[in-house]
Amino acid sequence: MMQKPTWKSTLKSFLYLAPALIFIGIFNIYPIFKSLAMSFYENYNIFTGEVGSYGLSNFKEIFSDPSFYTAIRNTFIFVLGVVPASIIISLFVAMMLNRINVLSSFFRSIYFLPFVTSTVAVSIVWNWLYHTRYGLINYFLSFVGVEPMAWLTNPKFALPALIIMSIWKGLGYNIILFLVGLNNIDKNYYRAARVDGASNWQQFVNITMPLLNPYILLVSIIGVINSFKVFTEVYSLFSGRPGPAGSALTMVFYIYEKFYTEYQYGVATAAGIVLFLIILVFTLLQRLVSKRFIYN
Amino acid sequence: MQVRFEDINMAFDENKVLNNISFQIPESELVTILGPSGCGKSTTLMLISGLIFPNSGKIYFGDKDVTSLDAVDRKVGMVFQNYALYPHLTVLENIQFPLKMQKVPKKERVERAMELAKLVKIEEHINKRPKDLSGGQQQRVAIARALSKRPSLLLMDEPLSNLDARLRIEMREEIRRIQQETNITTIFVTHDQEEALSISDNIMILNQGDIQQYSTPTELYNYPENLFVAKFLGTPIINSLAMNEALNLPSLNLKSKEIQMTKTIAIRPENLYEVESKEDALISGTVRFVEIIGKNVTVHVDTEIGEIVATELGFVHKQGDTIHLAVNEKDLLLFDDKENTIQRGALK
Repeated sequence: MMQKPTWKSTLKSFLYLAPALIFIGIFNIYPIFKSLAMSFYENYNIFTGEVGSYGLSNFKEIFSDPSFYTAIRNTFIFVLGVVPASIIISLFVAMMLNRINVLSSFFRSIYFLPFVTSTVAVSIVWNWLYHTRYGLINYFLSFVGVEPMAWLTNPKFALPALIIMSIWKGLGYNIILFLVGLNNIDKNYYRAARVDGASNWQQFVNITMPLLNPYILLVSIIGVINSFKVFTEVYSLFSGRPGPAGSALTMVFYIYEKFYTEYQYGVATAAGIVLFLIILVFTLLQRLVSKRFIYN
Repeated sequence: MQVRFEDINMAFDENKVLNNISFQIPESELVTILGPSGCGKSTTLMLISGLIFPNSGKIYFGDKDVTSLDAVDRKVGMVFQNYALYPHLTVLENIQFPLKMQKVPKKERVERAMELAKLVKIEEHINKRPKDLSGGQQQRVAIARALSKRPSLLLMDEPLSNLDARLRIEMREEIRRIQQETNITTIFVTHDQEEALSISDNIMILNQGDIQQYSTPTELYNYPENLFVAKFLGTPIINSLAMNEALNLPSLNLKSKEIQMTKTIAIRPENLYEVESKEDALISGTVRFVEIIGKNVTVHVDTEIGEIVATELGFVHKQGDTIHLAVNEKDLLLFDDKENTIQRGALK
């Protein structure tokens, strides 16, 4: 039943929404605008709330800070390392899971476990897996004749170690989304394609991929956004430090350091704004690119 | 290409769908597989296409045993009930799809697709997506796609069931035209007897996994081999009367052996005519209800042994009239206790 909206009914519905709106307002909306404003504060005193002046000095500072560039570079490497690999692997696993009938829900749960497990717990386990001398990874690598690698202490390997763990952790979520997508593809298309003489690979390229595109876009947007915001993984894998010699310093870690250890609130928020803009640009780009590939 | 089934058995789990059926479909013919839902007709088609495989028996295309060949390699054309057009491809791309799978050069396959678009009269819509087409247009695209790789066999699974009545008649004529122009062996599955009777060279009637009769449409209608076939074809449904004292059998001039064997008499509604007296009539009754649809007048008559329907009485009756009905002996269909037709000529 649809009622005609009146002032009274609108007011009433706002009352119902109020609890949620108040919390969102205080903890989401207000901080967004506050941090936007804070990024322009100069000589800010957090205790008195006094703002010396407004200006662009925070932005000037981050753009002249070499570690800010390192953070950006590392974040981009991280995104490029995690998102495509994660999509490919999870798509592959989802297709396998879609094919087996036995134990499929069991495997589904297994793959989903890392996603629901606390990142800190996961990192502790991976910390051990990566251990230079006692780690399982180096143990297995030794079978193929690879020398033990200092995954967590060698600056060269810190970022790859972070990427591998993050791919693993995100798989379950992507797999579930892809399974939904695969299930939504009408089985008749595959029958028609078989009659039309399409091999398994041709069916994948010509039917599965195009019809799964909306899900691939969804997974890639979520993946990119989440990867740009990576922090907990770094913090817990490298025991609260941004990797050996800052080699795994990411954007959010940079913001965290400025905010909580250096108390440079203005600089931290300015970096936050830059991160926001980067994510915004990439999300828009992805939508633009994928529009060409998504039928509807 | 000729298609042959030899002792095919098919069951899904415990469910027997086809019981040891054998048949042959001659080259260049349009053969319809007709039957009520669940009779195994779609299963038969899927077996021919190679989308499923029989539990036992052999399938031949010409002289070649294709029993274990997958659909990908059987190279038949198939039109699905819901068309299964690829939603992300345009009409032209859909038609080209089988050729693209064969890696036919682009220029050649576009030419071929255009040729087919013209054959099925869809050339004005080649750049549209399936969802922008009407049901009839989608149907045409599906036929063109099925034909594009020049299959020697075209399978159609209830292709008209999603169309409205008028379009259905138009499309079935189109299918007949296309079949005759291309001369392709076509197997058409339907549950609609009118569709089957109007387009087929031969019709195979299936019921509960058994072939009931496999012959030409006229033969099927005039000389059904059993009561199921007699009842399945014809509207209104054939009058089937149990042998009973209420029937004035002397009026029929039947041989005593025939009377002895017969359990059921069946008479097409159009073969009943009216006579003056009760003595000349096979059965008498009162008019319960007269149904007039355009030029068709159907009279429902209540008799001692149930309702009888007549369509060609020539005189419009009123409800409650007493009416005497007779039938020519040659129009009678007699069935024995197993509901099989009694071959009257063979009886002495």
